[in-house]
Amino acid sequence: MNNVHRLRRAVGKVGLYTAALAVFVFAVFPVYWVLATALRPTGEIFTREPTLLPRTITFEHFERVLSGVLIPGTSFWSFLTNSLIVTLGSVTVAALLSLVAAIGVARYRFRLRSVFILLLLVIQMVPVEALIISLFVNFFHLGRTLDVELVNSLAGVFVVYVAVSLPITILMVRNFVNAVPKDLEEAAAIDGAGAWTIFWRILMPLVAPGLAAASIFAFITTWNEFVVAFTFLQNNTGAYTLPISLQYYFGAVSIEWGSIMAASTLLTVPVMIFFLLVQRRMVSGLTMGAVKG
Amino acid sequence: MTQTLERATAPEPQEPRPRLRSKRVSRRRALTPYLLILPALATLAVVLLWPIVQMVWMSLHDYGLRQLQGQEAEWNGFAHYTAVLTDARFWEIFRNTIVVCLAMVVLTMILGTLVGILLHKLPNWASTILGLGLMLAWATPVISAAIVYRWLFDTRYGLVNTILAALPDWLVGSGWGEFNWFNSPSTLFPILIVTVVWQSFPFVAISVLAGLKSIPGELYEAARMDGAGAWKSFWSVTAPMLRPLFALLLVLQVIWDFRIFTQLFILAGGVTNREVALLPVYIYQLGFASTPPNYGMGSAIAVIMTVLVLAITAYYLRVMIRQGETR
Repeated sequence: MNNVHRLRRAVGKVGLYTAALAVFVFAVFPVYWVLATALRPTGEIFTREPTLLPRTITFEHFERVLSGVLIPGTSFWSFLTNSLIVTLGSVTVAALLSLVAAIGVARYRFRLRSVFILLLLVIQMVPVEALIISLFVNFFHLGRTLDVELVNSLAGVFVVYVAVSLPITILMVRNFVNAVPKDLEEAAAIDGAGAWTIFWRILMPLVAPGLAAASIFAFITTWNEFVVAFTFLQNNTGAYTLPISLQYYFGAVSIEWGSIMAASTLLTVPVMIFFLLVQRRMVSGLTMGAVKG
Repeated sequence: MTQTLERATAPEPQEPRPRLRSKRVSRRRALTPYLLILPALATLAVVLLWPIVQMVWMSLHDYGLRQLQGQEAEWNGFAHYTAVLTDARFWEIFRNTIVVCLAMVVLTMILGTLVGILLHKLPNWASTILGLGLMLAWATPVISAAIVYRWLFDTRYGLVNTILAALPDWLVGSGWGEFNWFNSPSTLFPILIVTVVWQSFPFVAISVLAGLKSIPGELYEAARMDGAGAWKSFWSVTAPMLRPLFALLLVLQVIWDFRIFTQLFILAGGVTNREVALLPVYIYQLGFASTPPNYGMGSAIAVIMTVLVLAITAYYLRVMIRQGETR
């Protein structure tokens, strides 16, 4: 009987590890295949007998992506610069606005407070994909009124990204402000510290990690954003961001799989790094609507 | 007025005399929080709230290229809505959206839960490695994920077709060497579903793992004492404890999967293929990929989609309010 029990446990263990291996391969293989394709010479990519490991490793696709011209007047570097400007810029602005708003919501009681928070929760749920037409029409008109190009320039995308990032960053940062004990601030106030000193010396050091996490969160979404950039920037190739530039490797006749995989790798690396930094907060942030920091 | 008092500063000593002055101070204090939320609120109002209003307005007017150029838009009542709701094409896309979304959500939830349990049962080292693997799939940018699946299922040189062609014909049939997955809905949507599930099950798995870790072990011990097996203790302990988590995950998955755009865009090779569209792509087609663009009609569908999403979200909002998130 003891033997049967032991056998059963052994079988169970084998099953457990087999399942784990299967899931691991399912999850990792496509990521591996991107890299494996990017590192193979073209002749090895377009073959009916692909090998699991590249037979020869080459960086030619990376070189072509980094030095090549996809569309006249542009390069990988111009797309990268556009992406960096629009994501880092909008995330910085969103972080500043949300820090200020989060302090307002966390430290004061006022009549429209609950309304404001509810508005954030609702607006976070409205899909940008549904708003895309009216966003375009509005920015078109707004641009005409102000005499600036908003729909064919990074400026419009920038503003949309700030607004889209705001609800979740405010809600996240608010929880960090809430977590700072008020006694600390009160004690400092009694010691004669002014509002400014209290903000910089007490609140900021404790809220900064939360602000950083929320910013990385916003960075990942804006860095990957496709629909808004694609709609707004279609007619201005000079303003393309990295994600929308990728689709231009799909030629009319053939697809440059080596280059597209190399470019895709370059797009993915920053996200992977930032993702690892905030992975724990990702779960709590997403399930609780970014509430339990 | 007490509710508007600043809580962060020390309470002021009660002085009866300078009443006038303290009233002015407290009025200024009452304004402070409004000033603090004003920049964020103004941005949201101009960039997101106003377009929502505009979307509803456009859905009730004839709005096309000429109106975009400044011509007066004509009120047309609910003509767009009646046109949409009597359009067979809309209902076909609507049905496809629901079916595809349901398939994604169900598969994501089942696979995610099973993998979550697996992570919980594995020893620490194995759980960590598997967790890292899941993280890779989860962190891949949506566009890169769509591109690699398009490559895996490529007609001539895709790995999947190569393997299928190499397998014996009696097992998988023949003709895989040139099989095109991306032309018809019946083969494109399954790939879309795999692409989306591949990226979203890790989040469910890791959430479920976090949930499982939070269940006290005594509950399982008690269940075992009562003679419950693995199956029984899952249904009598795990399931009820994780119900709120599952409900939330379910709502989030529905919302996310309902708005799929990028993956379909890449897999279908653009938005011009009218055969394979889901609601978000359909909105885009009407607004930007058709000549002449029909912003009014696109807006009507966008309104319908938004109402649907908010109806699904109502549950999520209720949970948030109940958790005291708006207080």
